Amino acid sequence: MGEPVAAALPADPFPRSLWPRVAAVALVVYIFYACAQLEVSWERVATGLHNAARFFSRLFPPNFSRWDLLVKGLSESLEIAVLASALGIVLALPLGLCAARNLMPPWVTWPAKLVIVMSRSFHPVIVAILFVKAVGFGALAGILALTVASIGFIGKLFTEAIEEISLKQVEAIRATGAPFASVLAFGVLPQVFSRFIGFATYQLDSNLRNSTMVGIVGAGGIGGTLFAAFQRFDYDFVCAILIAIITLIMAGEILATAVRAIFIENATLRDLFRRGAAMRRVRHAEED
Amino acid sequence: MSAPGSFPPPTTVGQGAERVWRRFTRAQRLTRFTVHLVIVAAIVASIRTVEIIPEFLTDAPEQVVDLLTRMWPIDFAHYRVAVHDALAETLHIATLGTLLSLVLALPVGVLAAHNLVPSTPLNLVAKLILVSSRSVNSLVWALLFVGIFGPGALAGTLAIAFRSIGFVGKLFGEALEETQAGPIEALAAAGAPWSSRMTFGYWPQVKPAFWSIALFRWDINVRESAVLGLVGAGGIGMALDSALNLFQWNRVAVILLAIFAVVILAEVVVTQVRRRII
Repeated sequence: MGEPVAAALPADPFPRSLWPRVAAVALVVYIFYACAQLEVSWERVATGLHNAARFFSRLFPPNFSRWDLLVKGLSESLEIAVLASALGIVLALPLGLCAARNLMPPWVTWPAKLVIVMSRSFHPVIVAILFVKAVGFGALAGILALTVASIGFIGKLFTEAIEEISLKQVEAIRATGAPFASVLAFGVLPQVFSRFIGFATYQLDSNLRNSTMVGIVGAGGIGGTLFAAFQRFDYDFVCAILIAIITLIMAGEILATAVRAIFIENATLRDLFRRGAAMRRVRHAEED
Repeated sequence: MSAPGSFPPPTTVGQGAERVWRRFTRAQRLTRFTVHLVIVAAIVASIRTVEIIPEFLTDAPEQVVDLLTRMWPIDFAHYRVAVHDALAETLHIATLGTLLSLVLALPVGVLAAHNLVPSTPLNLVAKLILVSSRSVNSLVWALLFVGIFGPGALAGTLAIAFRSIGFVGKLFGEALEETQAGPIEALAAAGAPWSSRMTFGYWPQVKPAFWSIALFRWDINVRESAVLGLVGAGGIGMALDSALNLFQWNRVAVILLAIFAVVILAEVVVTQVRRRII
């Protein structure tokens, strides 16, 4: 029995094609070329590692003595993130709806899609530079820059979510003679609601991260304080700011997870406070 | 919405014909109301305390017109002089950073996958590495590496790599956890060593996910590496920074156009490659 089967098998049960090897060689060549272009060398890395010890010794211990500056910057970042998310969501929803090909005619979807692509193409910090020129230094520039980023992200995902809905329910509601607004409210929105909560909370999280950075170009928030401290070599204050930023971002992430659990898995506050209940719920949802 | 049983049996209030059907329990409604309340309170509090100078807002249209007239005519001659090389450097930073992050993230991703490394403490350590990598913005990573290695592309490359570890490692670890146990058990039953189980059991199952994660992250990194230069970490951001500091808006315009073109190009490349290999 064994012999015919063995004869039927090819010599190598996992034959390899040539092109992964070619790609690997090309990759190695590219790495050496790019390192040469960037003037990256072992010497530089070695000198840097030598510096690293001194750098880290100056970072620690963190210096929280200027906590009033820290709190002011952080609360401004928080305000920027909240307002930009709210404004971004309010503007992105109608735009995302307009860009959905299955609900709107092409002459509506194309301009809407163009606006969404334009909002997504630049990093929020670059958009912030332009808004700093337009509305001056301060939180307003940061809010507007992150609003643009939110429109790009939520608009794109909301459009995709709407384009993937089942049209049966939309048809059923249309068949009852419902006006367009009712079709949206009862046929479309219930189908995309849970995904919308998902990317709205994600965007709030992402805005929080970016709101701590737009200050580098003068658009308000803790970023300006961070960059100034860095340029003055106040490394112990830099460390304090970084610890504060990371704490804020982690708190934001926990909050976002809680909001998702509440709206998508119908958790109650008691569930959330019960240790690990939220985590288990999330895991169950993922397994299904 | 996919979880069966995520909707509890509706609670009913009242009797007979006057029965009122409710979708959520009282605790759920209360929780949702609390979230709405917190959101509204946060927005109101932010509007009241944020410092916005109204004069700046009324001045905005004038400033935009001023910006556009200063940008025009776009200084295309500047592209050959300073922008082209900086742009190439940005692409190298993004690509090398992504490659480095793939190398660094693979072991961490494996450590984070509970089915591969069935040790909860090790999983937690790996997850902690991934979370801390993601919590620090790439600009902050860039600041740190500029502090260590001095200004230049090396700092930018490392910043991109360290920021990407969290992203790549998390998604790769999740892909590993979602693999089917069947092929791996079959290999183990045939006496395959660990390396063969990895290459013939796990790798074929996570290969599409791996390439799509790598491409996705490269696309993000192209965008991010364009701004790293603002803190001195090399690439086109440095050209942008010097043009901004000198108020040479017609040069800023050509740099922004170049960034825009590269970002669009990267997106097209990613879409095409994804279609070919996945």
